[in-house]
Amino acid sequence: MARKVTGRHVVISTAGAWIAGFVIFFPILWMVLASFKTELEAFATPPSFLFFHWTTENYVTVQERSDYLHHALNSLIVAGGSTLIAMLIAIPAAWSMAFSPTKRTKDILLWMLSTKMMPPVGVLVPIYLIYKNLGLLDTRTGLVFILCLGNLPIVIWMLFTYFKEIPKDILEAARMDGATIGRELIYVLTPMAIPGLASTLLLNLILAWNEAFWTLNLSTLEAAPLTTFIASYSSPEGLFWARLSAASTLAIAPILIIGWFSQKQLVRGLTFGAVK
Amino acid sequence: MGRITLEGVQKSFGPVHIIKGADLDIPDGAFVVFVGPSGCGKTTLLRLIAGLEDVSGGRILIDGNNVVDVPPAKRGLSMVFQSYALYPHMSVRGNIAFGLKMAGLPKAEINRKVEAAAATLNLTPYLDRKPRELSGGQRQRVAIGRAIVREPKAFLFDEPLSNLDAALRVQMRLEVTRLQKQLGTTAIYVTHDQVEAMTMADKIVVLNAGRIEQYGSPIELYQRPANLFVAGFIGSPKMNLITGAEADKHNATTIGVRPEHIGIVEAGNEGWSGKVVIAEHLGSDTFLYVDAGALGTLTVRVVGEKRLNAGDAVMLRPEPSRIYRFDANGNSMFA
Ligand SMILES: Nc1ncnc2c1ncn2[C@@H]1O[C@H](COP(=O)(O)OP(=O)(O)OP(=O)(O)O)[C@@H](O)[C@H]1O
Ligand SMILES: [Mg+2]
Repeated sequence: MARKVTGRHVVISTAGAWIAGFVIFFPILWMVLASFKTELEAFATPPSFLFFHWTTENYVTVQERSDYLHHALNSLIVAGGSTLIAMLIAIPAAWSMAFSPTKRTKDILLWMLSTKMMPPVGVLVPIYLIYKNLGLLDTRTGLVFILCLGNLPIVIWMLFTYFKEIPKDILEAARMDGATIGRELIYVLTPMAIPGLASTLLLNLILAWNEAFWTLNLSTLEAAPLTTFIASYSSPEGLFWARLSAASTLAIAPILIIGWFSQKQLVRGLTFGAVK
Repeated sequence: MGRITLEGVQKSFGPVHIIKGADLDIPDGAFVVFVGPSGCGKTTLLRLIAGLEDVSGGRILIDGNNVVDVPPAKRGLSMVFQSYALYPHMSVRGNIAFGLKMAGLPKAEINRKVEAAAATLNLTPYLDRKPRELSGGQRQRVAIGRAIVREPKAFLFDEPLSNLDAALRVQMRLEVTRLQKQLGTTAIYVTHDQVEAMTMADKIVVLNAGRIEQYGSPIELYQRPANLFVAGFIGSPKMNLITGAEADKHNATTIGVRPEHIGIVEAGNEGWSGKVVIAEHLGSDTFLYVDAGALGTLTVRVVGEKRLNAGDAVMLRPEPSRIYRFDANGNSMFA
């Protein structure tokens, strides 16, 4: 039976949700607004909300001082590359754990996840030394590698839970229909797994894009992605709020845009109607 | 051709023996039904034949060839799952065509076959719909269409109708039987509904706790049940089983009388006296549950309407030729 929701309840909860949403979103909005202010106005007390002298000079300064496109490209390569490699490793791993589990499968999953329970700083020194000796410091390859390894447990875990949801009967039906393992993967499993694959991919992309611990510690300039680029505005230059805001806005823009366009793909359920 | 023979087939999952040595010979073109209580191993046995599970021992022969090491697709069987297991992202056409596509048939031939199958199953108007846009009965027909289009040696059905409502189930039961007779393809059909078993089967396999209790035609099972389990399982309402002094009179440990073989006679005649506990009036039949003292509660089926109610005293008389006798091991003793 559908629950009855009264009109007043709808109004109150809608208003509540909007307020909560606005509170959470406000810092980002403030950052975007600040990026269009002059440094003086960005500091002003009381702050002006909309009625200030709009300017794009911060963006120009940021681009002049540091090459935004260079860092954005690094971010793209590091986040995209590590995500792709992680997916390539994780799909077969999660597939075999979901569809032909053994007695140890649960233990292995837990063990993989447990690697995420350790703070990364615990292994910073050994990793740093290894990278130094291998000549991987401040290289994109090095960053791709570490981010891929760092996110792999989460990617495998997510894919595993998505694959688990796919009814086994359907895969068995495909086997009865004469599909080889490869064709079962291509024609049956993958299409059904697309929403799961897409959201895992996106989440991993966001995690890798925003990852700041390893990127800050293992890169300086050549391979530095946008996280390092923002960080460079916070310390040496002191408190240049407007410029920092402009840099941050530039850094998060690409990922926001990707997220916005892929939301439909993420929420689509495909399996309804397959069984029962 | 589709003759399926099981020789000492066993299956265990770890330490648990699920199928404890099954021997069975299913002739080409037969409609064989597996019945048995829940958990007795019907699905497991079917999946062993399909090749979705590996046997732990014994041989499975299809047309004389041992197939225990042959993968499911190469056995030439098709299966209809209880959950339908349709491909959710493919249209009805895509679902039915999938097996043919995997077999690498030319496009024109696939189309022709799919359309023929759809026509047989009244699915033509729905060919371009997705499974989620179909009713339960239509989904079931798509699953059947997917099975017949490949022209298999045998169909394997695992409780295909159990998700449908009663009326649709009766209709689909007829359709499946008609289709099987028309195609002449061997079929193995799992159900725990004994009405389905009795009406659809050429031969019934009664399974209990991983063993085949009896294999025979519906009438054979009804008239000559091999043991107490089959006697109690086949027939509705269940056979009355009586032990003690009354059984001793027949030189048996247990005797059985079906509810339809007990008559009601005038008081004063020879018979079993008792008192009606519950009377169920179905119109066509009347079911009486009679407390017959030392004999226990007996079920009696009387054809037509019988003006009897709870509390009425009755005199029951079993048909002497229809009394089944069982020995101490529960096996039938036929005269
Ligand atoms: N993969 C498995 N691992 C362990 N035990 C299993 C497995 N599959 C089935 N079993 C066990 O085997 C027994 C028989 O199961 P099966 O599914 O064949 O029963 P069934 O006769 O089809 O019952 P139902 O009428 O309820 O469908 C059950 O006790 C079940 O718990
Ligand atoms: Mg079953």
